[in-house]
Amino acid sequence: MLQIDHLSASYKTIDGDVHVVQDANFTIYDNEIFGIAGESGCGKSTLLKALYDIIEFPLQVDSGRVVLSGEKGGKSFTYQTGQIRKSWWNNISYVPQAAMSVLNPITKLKSQFLDSIPEEDKKRETPQQTLQRVQQYLGALNLSPEVLEAYPFQLSGGMRQRVIIALATFMSPNVVLADEPTTALDVVVQRGILMLLMRLQKQLKNTMVLVSHDLGVHYQVTDRIGIMYSGKMMEIGKTTELFANPRHPYTQMLIGALPRVGDKSQRVGIPGSPPPLKNPPPGCRFAPRCPKATPLCSAQVPEFREISPGHFAACHLLNGEGK
Amino acid sequence: MKFWKYLGLRLLAWAVTILIGVTFIFFIPRLFPSDPVENMIGRIQSNSGQMDPAEKEALRKSLRVQFGLEGSLWTQYTSFLWKGMLHFDFGPSLMSFPTPVGDILMTYLPYTVGLSLTTTILAWIIGNFIGLLAGFRKNKRASKILEGIAICIYPIPYFIVALILQVIFAFLLGWFPLQATIIQSADFATYIASLIKASILPAVSILLLGTGWWIISMKSLSGATAEEDFVLYARYRGLSEGKIGRSYVFRNSILTQVTALAMSLGGVFNGSIMTEIIFGYPGVGTLVQKAITQSDYNMILGTITLSIIAISTCTLIADLIYPFIDPRIRYS
Amino acid sequence: MKKFWKNASIRLKIGLIMTLFFLFVGFVIYLIPHTDPFPYVSQMNMRNLPPSWEHLLGTTSRGQDIFWMLVEAIHNSLLIGLMVAFLGTVVGVLVGLTSGFVGGTLDRVLMVVTDTFVVIPSLPVLILMTALMKGSMTVVFMALVLALFAWAWPSRQIRSMALTLKERDFIQTAWFSGEGTLQTVVTEILPFAFTWSLSNFMNATLSAIASESSLAVLGLSPANLITLGNMIQWARDFNAIMARRWLWFASPVVATVLLFVGLFMLITGYNDYLAMKRGR
Repeated sequence: MLQIDHLSASYKTIDGDVHVVQDANFTIYDNEIFGIAGESGCGKSTLLKALYDIIEFPLQVDSGRVVLSGEKGGKSFTYQTGQIRKSWWNNISYVPQAAMSVLNPITKLKSQFLDSIPEEDKKRETPQQTLQRVQQYLGALNLSPEVLEAYPFQLSGGMRQRVIIALATFMSPNVVLADEPTTALDVVVQRGILMLLMRLQKQLKNTMVLVSHDLGVHYQVTDRIGIMYSGKMMEIGKTTELFANPRHPYTQMLIGALPRVGDKSQRVGIPGSPPPLKNPPPGCRFAPRCPKATPLCSAQVPEFREISPGHFAACHLLNGEGK
Repeated sequence: MKFWKYLGLRLLAWAVTILIGVTFIFFIPRLFPSDPVENMIGRIQSNSGQMDPAEKEALRKSLRVQFGLEGSLWTQYTSFLWKGMLHFDFGPSLMSFPTPVGDILMTYLPYTVGLSLTTTILAWIIGNFIGLLAGFRKNKRASKILEGIAICIYPIPYFIVALILQVIFAFLLGWFPLQATIIQSADFATYIASLIKASILPAVSILLLGTGWWIISMKSLSGATAEEDFVLYARYRGLSEGKIGRSYVFRNSILTQVTALAMSLGGVFNGSIMTEIIFGYPGVGTLVQKAITQSDYNMILGTITLSIIAISTCTLIADLIYPFIDPRIRYS
Repeated sequence: MKKFWKNASIRLKIGLIMTLFFLFVGFVIYLIPHTDPFPYVSQMNMRNLPPSWEHLLGTTSRGQDIFWMLVEAIHNSLLIGLMVAFLGTVVGVLVGLTSGFVGGTLDRVLMVVTDTFVVIPSLPVLILMTALMKGSMTVVFMALVLALFAWAWPSRQIRSMALTLKERDFIQTAWFSGEGTLQTVVTEILPFAFTWSLSNFMNATLSAIASESSLAVLGLSPANLITLGNMIQWARDFNAIMARRWLWFASPVVATVLLFVGLFMLITGYNDYLAMKRGR
């Protein structure tokens, strides 16, 4: 389980701070696929970095924290921001954007699997035994064990991404974070990768967090989804419910802009562009582009609250609803 | 199949390089206004007085033959290539006539090869090790200091470092002889002892400069590698810094350094010539200096031809080794 | 300029200051009227003088003023270095650009020749050439000979730069918008190549001065020219070390060391600075 507790993070630059994540406050539960969606530059990848505890200059956590907790091998654990990196790969792992360059280009994949095995396991079993386990695991994922003898540049982009996913899940981590895992791949390969992720999640019954700008991907894969806009979490809800009944004006416009089979009417985009993260407008960040904005919207930041059971949103217009 | 094509092309480039280099040094003396034969005659005359014209003509003719200056330019060229390149025959040495240049070279060569090879390899190993630490752990104080020292030593010319070491350790402290003396005639132990004593200062001065260069280049290489995605991701995979340093940063940066080692040999050769001259170390450098003072052109030409062949061959070897250490080249 | 100074690393600053200092000594202090330090002085009481206001660094065993000899040596060494670097860079850039942009057979031939000059060790060939001219060496000839080995490396680098540039969008755009090859090279590529050439230029200066002084130690530099190398060699010839005349021996040695370290810091600092600017 990942609890995001009033987390704010910013990039330090010469010209001032860029507030990329602003007061994110929500929980990602065990045994679910949680999606984070939004336009590029809305802070979703940075949020994922903060979840994974990659807080390196110029990124900085201004306030709040992330708490990772769960149970593995009969032992329960709790880590928070600053400690999460101790549990990297064992309790939480990370799948980067599909790219040529994330694996060591000059060693065979088997040695890259062996690199990740913790010292305790190395004492318990020989490298051959470990590799046998890896082979079995790859087999279960419908990957040929021969890839272990290959170098990264000998694999296709999709194959490489499957191997990286295998690498990231081999230790059965409680949480897997995936940052645009299919973006650089073509559609057919994308589908295979998504199926693989879904199957893995069912198998491991763990938490998977998927960041993607592609709402179609979220619709197919995720159980719950969070919509981000300009560094703020705008709405979180069950994926099916959110697509059927979006509440926040931004989500409504975002989903309204999606093409649908059989619908030939003109799609309308959202007029305007996201505000600068350096000097965000006071009040709701979407207010300048929101057709339903009231004077209150540009004066006061709306609270992120539960508007109906399991459905959260940050909008003044929904104030009367929920508790 | 691809490998054979690569090998063939590389061998061809090797042969062409040597051919161009040797052609170049063949034509230089012939394009220059000064005539080595007349220079030589002038020198002999100034040493032993005027000779009569017939004697002078005979001497001139024999010198032209010795210098390989007889016949048309083309005959001279082909015979130079045929004898020099294929048989290492550069004619007799003029300073120790009539011993062939090749024979003299062969007695001096092992000293130069031994000295420069040992120091180059040592410098490569030490420098890359320190450079890796400096580049991979940028904030470590020791690595910063070592890099600073390297930057202050590397740019200094070889002979100046040699001179400074000579003045300090041989002249002021008297730990080593001012000029290297290797005792040839005595028993083996004495010979080795004198060889080591004569080699230490030259070796240290070549080593200082060489290590400096490898520290600087490895530092910037490993610094760049450390920022590559696969190193970053290795860190996200929770691998230890030691593991990342060894298998990810080091293995990727050292590939470039293998090629760089071969490319640096020309410079090392230049440097060891100068170092040998300062210390009077009995290698090719000292031989060249003697040849210059006594205008022994056959000797100079022989040395240069040999060095061109040697350096090109080392480069060739490095290029041929490369596919074996870099799988990306091997499989594509 | 202010911004440059703010962003420059300490290494770049030290290198720049040291290099400017030597340029100042070699081209400004050099202009102060002084007696020619080269000829031997016959009066015995002028020889082996300790430092004084008249002779800042004393005199040699031949009565020559060491300070002014040093100033002239710095002047001449820098001059040779700059001449060689200029020749080498100009030829190298021309050959490299031609090779990279014309391509085809010409490219292949030029590259084989260039590679040869990169691979063969320079010093022995320089020794051969200068030995042939022994006694009649001049500064210009020296510079020409040294330049023979100064063009190959820049030409190789510029060629690969030209090859990548050829594929860049802005060049293609220039090409398709009807600019001629020459115009493209002048307006689009030379500015790009310039920043790189500057660093190469300094490098070539450094290695030319090093080669000249190496040849001087072999007695192959022009015998009547005061250079840093010749000055060191003369000090050795006249047994300055044995006589423990440290100012005489050490002043050219220290000057050479400082000049090289300063130039090298300037080069590497400048390269780092460029890399940092590109990284933004």
